[in-house]
Amino acid sequence: MKKLSNFALLFLLLPVLALAEGDDITWNNTLKTQFFAGKTIEESDAVIELEAPYRAEDPAIVPVKVISKMPQTQDKYIKKIWVFVDKNPFPFVGEFEFFPESGKADLAMRVRVNTYSNIRAIAETNDGKLTMTKKFVKASGGCSAPVGADLDEAMKRLGKVKFRLDEGLKTGQPTQAQLMISHPNLTGMQMDQMTRYVRKSHFIDQLKVTFNDKPVLNAKIDIAISADPNFRFYFVPDKPGELKAEFSDISCESPTSRKVCDKGASYSHQYAVAP
Amino acid sequence: MRLLVVWIGLLINAACWALPALPVTEAAPGVFVHVSEHHWPDRENHGEIANIGFIVGDDCVAIIDSGGSPQQGLALRKAVKNATSKPICYVINTHVHPDHIYGNRAFKEKGVRFVGHYKLARAMATRAPYYLSRADEVLDIRVGPDNIIPPDLQVKQTMNLNLGNRELVLTAHPSAHTDNDLSVYDKNTDTLWLADLLFLEHIPVIDGSIRGWLKELQRLEKNHYKLVIPGHGRLVKDWPVSLQPQKAYLEQLAGEIKVMIKHGKTLEYAIERVGLSAKNNWQLFEQFHRKNVTIAFAELEWED
Repeated sequence: MKKLSNFALLFLLLPVLALAEGDDITWNNTLKTQFFAGKTIEESDAVIELEAPYRAEDPAIVPVKVISKMPQTQDKYIKKIWVFVDKNPFPFVGEFEFFPESGKADLAMRVRVNTYSNIRAIAETNDGKLTMTKKFVKASGGCSAPVGADLDEAMKRLGKVKFRLDEGLKTGQPTQAQLMISHPNLTGMQMDQMTRYVRKSHFIDQLKVTFNDKPVLNAKIDIAISADPNFRFYFVPDKPGELKAEFSDISCESPTSRKVCDKGASYSHQYAVAP
Repeated sequence: MRLLVVWIGLLINAACWALPALPVTEAAPGVFVHVSEHHWPDRENHGEIANIGFIVGDDCVAIIDSGGSPQQGLALRKAVKNATSKPICYVINTHVHPDHIYGNRAFKEKGVRFVGHYKLARAMATRAPYYLSRADEVLDIRVGPDNIIPPDLQVKQTMNLNLGNRELVLTAHPSAHTDNDLSVYDKNTDTLWLADLLFLEHIPVIDGSIRGWLKELQRLEKNHYKLVIPGHGRLVKDWPVSLQPQKAYLEQLAGEIKVMIKHGKTLEYAIERVGLSAKNNWQLFEQFHRKNVTIAFAELEWED
């Protein structure tokens, strides 16, 4: 009898456990085949690790960090990192390309998290091996929505860019840079029948960072990136020169499809570095 | 079969009639307020957590915020019927948050005009799909697009509404608690219905602009009002004294965050450290404080 009731209890708890731990349904059923068809992916924290808060305090701005476990050398380096928020209407966050010149394939960013979800990062090393790591994040409820708080303020600043080197310059060593881009990164509005608002999404889709014209970071990104996109990454300042960010935005008809889109504007920003 | 239908019909009708009126107090002559306790919106309270109410003129009634659920909207409607036989002519939504707009549908009929900040409709368009998708799970209420009613009258700066020998002055504020805050001033009783521009006991929630909010408070602080009605918290008869805790909290946040930004600290670092000494001053601190820090940081890092 005891066994039976234990069994019943386990049964009752199962859905709760699944919810608490985050599930892999979207990954297994959709994302894996969509992005990595026929590939083998090892699940481990050996190559990269993911840092994310257990509770998303503001679902519009959830700080997430990918930490690499190996230095970037000419012989062995992390080539690419993909990031997904499984349960977002559009789970793809971005595809980030790194180079030996990046020094270190760490990447911090801010993302939108719609609901309780796994966030996952997949790294590809230059030998073609894929490694995946994930973290479960609980989105907050209440009056919090994963959209920007002050749209007009963000629109007013649109295109403003800042580089910051807050940890100082280390000549010939991996040095952290912060790139701040002011852009509302609109997810799109669909409430046409009641509020007469139909607005397309409007977000940054391509980003390229170079140091003295050598690539540091290339990214293909999407609406899961928070308003005012913010990235921290590494580069190696071996001599005086110029950090440069080039990016472009795009506008799409549907928040969840990229079939019908219009190319937007291109932006460029330089920053002098003198080690 | 027909009997069964009649019987069910009666039951539903009875259920409607049985719905109790929302408890309200007459805070000033003709100014009725339901003062709520402070709760995190959940499946128990269905998001019915804000101060809502109505003002009665010689000709008609203005609802000020309709409630956190369709049921609370109906209960508020019943409270109006108990208080006066005058018809309802306006539903004023002070901002987009669900605890202030989900009762709207209870008042949708001919002759009733919905009033809001000129940015309210846009905020509804951006947020409502998300709010609606979560309402079932988070609040245990059934709401759909019909429950989101955008304003017929949009307030760009100020607007006067006459309820019959009773003039209300509506002010659209710059971005503060949200980017669509509207306050209501009742000339007859010198009452300012500030809604969520003012929090007492319940931690202030930033969903617009911390700089804008502080600026607006500095302006409002200079005025005198007999009565001020917050969106969350007790009625205020000592303005601007009761405003000070909220002002101090926002100033502390802005001050500490600015120092961290200057020293190159990250958002993650700030979330773990800023403003924790204010913890014992506020209810629901754990639920909202770190969100406040996040949103304020994201705003202040663009200052200069």
